Amino acid sequence: MSLLDGLEVGQVVAERSFPLTRDTLVRYAGASGDFNPIHYRDDVAAAVGLPGVLAHGMLTMGFAVQPVIDWLDARGWVSDYQVRFTRPVVVDRQIGAVVTVAARVGVLDDAGARIDLTATVGEQTVLGKAQVRVTAL
Amino acid sequence: MPVNPALTERDFPPVAPYLVGREKVREFARAVLATASLHHDPEAARAAGFADVVAPPTFPIVVADATLTQLLAEPDAGIDFSRVVHGDQRFTYSRPIVAGDELTATLRVTSIKSLGGNSMITSETAMVDADGAHVVTSISTLVVRGDDA
Repeated sequence: MSLLDGLEVGQVVAERSFPLTRDTLVRYAGASGDFNPIHYRDDVAAAVGLPGVLAHGMLTMGFAVQPVIDWLDARGWVSDYQVRFTRPVVVDRQIGAVVTVAARVGVLDDAGARIDLTATVGEQTVLGKAQVRVTAL
Repeated sequence: MPVNPALTERDFPPVAPYLVGREKVREFARAVLATASLHHDPEAARAAGFADVVAPPTFPIVVADATLTQLLAEPDAGIDFSRVVHGDQRFTYSRPIVAGDELTATLRVTSIKSLGGNSMITSETAMVDADGAHVVTSISTLVVRGDDA
């Protein structure tokens, strides 16, 4: 089935919740090489005035697009992806944090589709202008 | 110290080529909670028309790390990394990255703006493959918080 068949602007194509723990952050630090201690040390985060240990923005950007990849199911690929980091994700040492992602069709055109993401923690949005260009394979 | 506006006129040499390894793609995929088989299974990737496992969309940030280091190492840059916040990020692709690619990244600082005591540095890191063909450009805006921000 073609990527765009039956799609409508505004339609939710994928939704998923991502529970994060400190382990998630340490794993991302190792894989990405971003060892800024504000992502795993409470004392350092507090010393620079942060409300707590934060998820790497690039970790949030990295998983927020995964529901789109799963929905694509190898029918298309991500040719452009952008986000604005509007609010940090605080990851509590005991309860962690849960980021919920919804992916909606934003634009349909000859080039394919633009999928717009919302990423929220509780009621608060953590990414702005999160847009994914998908192109048919 | 404010960020040096002359950075936009500077020519940065390409950094050493980055060879994309299959296990690195898998490791990064696990770290961004990517479960699709084309990130992990070479057979699944080949079935979808790729030479090997496909890197997740944000993988170029790993490759761009060397250009960030290059920028911060400029002695007159005026960038205090402890005051840096990632403002926004974009990846614009010509084709997906697959394991086996050898990527060469070149940094360009495209704009430096001041806003309410903060500085905003936008840079573009273009990555080409071993044939010199464009693969992806990583566009980052970093916000450097001012002394009283």
